[in-house]
Amino acid sequence: MATEQSQRGLENGKGQRLARALGWFSHGLGLAQLIAPSDVARLIGVKDDDDNRALLRVVGVREIVAGFGILVRPRPAGWLWARVAGDAMDLTLLGAALTSDNAKRNRVAAATAAVAGITALDVLCATRLRSSRGATVGSAPQDDTRDVEKAITVNRPPEEVYGLWRDFENLPRFMLHLESVQVMGDGRSHWKAKAPAGRTVEWDAEIVDDRPNELITWRSLEGADVRNTGSVRFNPAPGGRGTEVRVKLQYDPPAGKLGASVAKLFGEEPNLQLREDLFRFKQVLETGEVVRSEGSLDGARLRQRPAQPPEDGTER
Amino acid sequence: MKATCWMGRNTVQVQEVPDPKILNARDAIVKITSTSICGSDLHLVDGYVPSMIKGDILGHEFMGEVVEVGKGVNNLSIGDRVVVPFPIACGACNACQNQAYSLCENSNPNAWMAEELWGHSTAGIFGYSHLTGGYAGGQAEYARVPFADVGPLKVPDGVTDEQALFLSDVLPTGYMGAEMCNIRPGDVVAVWGAGPVGQFAIVSAFLLGAERVIVIDRFPYRLQMARDKAGAETINYEETDVLDALKEMTGGRGPDACIDAAGLEAHGHGVAFAYDRAKQAAKLETDRPTALRQAIMACRNGGIVSIIGVYGGFVDKFPIGSVMNRSLTIKAGQTHVHRYMRPLLERIQNGEIDPTFIITHTLPLDQAPHGYEIFKHKQDNCEKVVLKA
Repeated sequence: MATEQSQRGLENGKGQRLARALGWFSHGLGLAQLIAPSDVARLIGVKDDDDNRALLRVVGVREIVAGFGILVRPRPAGWLWARVAGDAMDLTLLGAALTSDNAKRNRVAAATAAVAGITALDVLCATRLRSSRGATVGSAPQDDTRDVEKAITVNRPPEEVYGLWRDFENLPRFMLHLESVQVMGDGRSHWKAKAPAGRTVEWDAEIVDDRPNELITWRSLEGADVRNTGSVRFNPAPGGRGTEVRVKLQYDPPAGKLGASVAKLFGEEPNLQLREDLFRFKQVLETGEVVRSEGSLDGARLRQRPAQPPEDGTER
Repeated sequence: MKATCWMGRNTVQVQEVPDPKILNARDAIVKITSTSICGSDLHLVDGYVPSMIKGDILGHEFMGEVVEVGKGVNNLSIGDRVVVPFPIACGACNACQNQAYSLCENSNPNAWMAEELWGHSTAGIFGYSHLTGGYAGGQAEYARVPFADVGPLKVPDGVTDEQALFLSDVLPTGYMGAEMCNIRPGDVVAVWGAGPVGQFAIVSAFLLGAERVIVIDRFPYRLQMARDKAGAETINYEETDVLDALKEMTGGRGPDACIDAAGLEAHGHGVAFAYDRAKQAAKLETDRPTALRQAIMACRNGGIVSIIGVYGGFVDKFPIGSVMNRSLTIKAGQTHVHRYMRPLLERIQNGEIDPTFIITHTLPLDQAPHGYEIFKHKQDNCEKVVLKA
């Protein structure tokens, strides 16, 4: 399982790198088509006339837009599909050029082959990114377990950091998708999480391992809506910099409709969500509470609003 | 209340918005008396900083009177007159405890956004896009000040608004720019940009012992202010080749330290400038490093390049070869304002610095859009606009 997961991580990493390369390629090609459409026309063997130059400029703008989208989006699968659509358009245009009278057939054929190759890359890359994204919405074929891992340094001693976490009833203060955690004694607790459309998902959990100021491990019990395990490790940071906190979560969303809503619950990007939870955990320990701005009223990334004071009664 | 809002690229409007309220225990609400427009606000208005949302309240240089405090604020009372630093800092994280306040690890709720662009996040900043937290700014009648037990500095009676206001940003920024130069006796310091930050960088460089300060700009009225009020020698880059002139003025050595107080919208001329303009317009680079490139090329071997002009993202044709082969040191940062406010206030009180010389326009808050207009287009010899709320 570990191998499969690291394999998936690797695929995702490769997909991201390929996406970046394609993003820059889009920029370069787009700029060439904008600035020097005549040269591009000659290079690919179509007639250097007004129509073709104008067409190449339009294609150039499209390339730049797609390139920008790929580069600035954290997960650019959508923009990559835009590139695939663009490739299809190019292939159609080149196909038309191949059959027209005034094109240099060899060059057009070469350009067509090149575009076909790029199309294959675009499709491969978009598919890779989509499947890695799919992994967070419950559609991976063999193994449905999700694994997320994040670390943060908190400028407090391990005892204090461990102490805040060890009382699970504190978790909803900084893990915004949790509605409540109720400690029942005997190392057992009852967890309630918010799901879309006002629904909740609930489960019981038990502590598996508890080493004060060092480590807490827990897992859900039989009958959980979402089978999950988690661990948090506390290590003193070097040079008196506080405590390094490392969290690992693994969860196993059920199939079907509930699975989809659970996936939404953990966010499209569970890594980012956990990172934000830890960020708020640090805020609570270091500053006493979750820090709020006018644009980000509950300190969460999903609900950005203009940086203006809220109307009465609209704050959380 | 009335507030100056970003309504889209090149559109600033004064609008009626809800009054601020306490959102965190360590907040205070300040009734603003004076606020100003910063050169870096122009980067927002010109659309060079991503993540602005229509309706965002602008402004990060402001001062006023405390009218409400949260239950976690024990050092301020209602009625206190305070000036507020532009970075928001918690005072408790590792960065704050090392006095690197603009790198506060807790004050940017949108740290994830900054991490995407910069690798790690910086502190939150008032009125400066959602990338730096989505905080409502201070070009308004009131503002909420988070971590009010850490940031605001009480202003003593006898110090006017005009004397204290620039402690919020441009005075400490110019000072930090000069401080990063490690100035030693005999040093010649060159400053790119004769805007407010550049003027204060000149003043600070002299205070820190510079022998000579040379400023580079293209607006005669700004160069004249730098000559007459700050004591700098001047180069107008539209008339003179800057690199040649600096070599000539320093006996061929080059300035010992170079301060970039221009930032991402620096102007210039020739092919390189056109190249940057085009790439920036096509979003192929976000920043236009005209001044920075020149500062690097001009600096003497082994010298220091200090960057306090704002950059947002990526630049092109960065002369790294010059930096590496000539042993240059680059220092940079958003200003750790909290570190400098108190000592600079003392220098103001004892007459070493008179920061009021940069003020060319004082307008009512209502006229903020006009203020932006004349400041941006350098009309009416505009150097600094103070808004009275």
